[in-house]
Amino acid sequence: MSEIVLRGENLWKSFDEREVLRGIDLELSSHEVVALIGSSGSGKSTLLRCLNLLERIDDGRIVLNGEDISDPRVKVDAVRARFGVVFQAYNLFPHLNVLQNITIALRTVHRLSRQAADAEGMRLLARIGLADKAHEHPDRLSGGQQQRAAIVRAIASKPDVLLLDEITSALDPELVGEVLALVRELGDEGTTILMATHEMAFAREVADRVLFLDAGVIVEQGPPAQLFGSPREARTREFLRRFAA
Amino acid sequence: MLIAIVSTVVFAVIVWITLVNTPGWHAVQQSFFDPATWAKAWPRVFWGFLLNIRVLLVAAAGVAVFGTLLAALRTLKGPVFFPLRALAAGYTDLFRGMPLIIVLYLVGFGIPGLRLTPTRVPAEVWGTIALILTYSAYVSEVIRAGIEAVHPSQVLAARALGLSRATALRLVVLPQAIRKVTPALMNDFISMQKDVGLISVLGAIDAVRAAQIETATAFDFTPYVLAGVLFVALALPMIRLTDWYSARLRRREQMGALL
Repeated sequence: MSEIVLRGENLWKSFDEREVLRGIDLELSSHEVVALIGSSGSGKSTLLRCLNLLERIDDGRIVLNGEDISDPRVKVDAVRARFGVVFQAYNLFPHLNVLQNITIALRTVHRLSRQAADAEGMRLLARIGLADKAHEHPDRLSGGQQQRAAIVRAIASKPDVLLLDEITSALDPELVGEVLALVRELGDEGTTILMATHEMAFAREVADRVLFLDAGVIVEQGPPAQLFGSPREARTREFLRRFAA
Repeated sequence: MLIAIVSTVVFAVIVWITLVNTPGWHAVQQSFFDPATWAKAWPRVFWGFLLNIRVLLVAAAGVAVFGTLLAALRTLKGPVFFPLRALAAGYTDLFRGMPLIIVLYLVGFGIPGLRLTPTRVPAEVWGTIALILTYSAYVSEVIRAGIEAVHPSQVLAARALGLSRATALRLVVLPQAIRKVTPALMNDFISMQKDVGLISVLGAIDAVRAAQIETATAFDFTPYVLAGVLFVALALPMIRLTDWYSARLRRREQMGALL
């Protein structure tokens, strides 16, 4: 078993009176691709946001590469920079061109020179076939191109963990393929990925492990073949049945 | 196009004929539109107008800095910052409510009375400060509206990349916020172009004050008309630019483009 990169212990989070996470335990090993499935409102997005400290957990502990990042004394900006996050609605910066979007963190957080940041940004854009769009603004790109640009923006600073929050849900169906292909490539290269997704076929194919989240608890987890093939829990079976229908 | 020209010319001629046939026209022409007084007043009024322009440029720069700072203070979150938020809110309430002319009097005659400086500070400096104090309150409200119009997901994305709150505000939020409210800011600028004339109440020899002096010596109001024409000439390009920019912004929004 390879080393644990990220561990969440007994994570609790509520908004006002509503308990969204109710004692989540999870572990992410290095180079592992883990899919997080569950219906809308089950707490998938909240879990991702708590892990990289975009939301503060109410109780529990989060450990990133051996360091307790849920400690209130930890510098949150520095911790967040060690995560890559891709959102459902891309959230590219509309006033910056594609290259500036990708290099903004390299320049401001990681203090790279302009030349070094631009060189890295162009290398990443060339990799996803968007080098010719480097100086365009995001609104000139298709949804799939925007989301792929958002993915390379998230990996530009070589994060320890890549968090993907339903990154294909806002895309037209014909654009989903190119985005998933990029995620598959990153997974094959050994990027540690935790992805909330509704793409069951993709989760089954790419993930090393699948977590089923329901009402703020992890009901069941296991290798995709087992979880999709012969789920043990009744709630998992019901969820998957609704998806198959 | 031809119809528009003809109709405009006909309309102008009618207005002109009506005006010159009013019983008092001759007297008004003498005391408001006298070419000789105009020519004589020109050097002094124009020189004064250059002071207005200098004050305008310095005040605009000051408002940009101070207004943005106030807006940023008001968007701070968390109970720790309550005093700063409250202070900024109180400030904007006070200076949006207070007539500019009263601010001018209080600053221009009040602060010098404290004898903080060893030498006399020129009236135009106090005038500039009063303009900055008042206009920053308006501008900060406009910028704050812009900041609040930037979608929260933008901040989320910036923070997720590890950008600090201040860096996110500076590089992600403010540029988008300013773009959204540029027409409103340009209108405030136009309005300030006129209000720089009010520094004359403190005794600064600007275009208005110069016109007043010329009027007193010539017993003729033409210098005021001259000063008015100069202010309009200064404002016109900005007014056109604002119209053009607002129309362009509207077009882009209707096309569904992101700003």
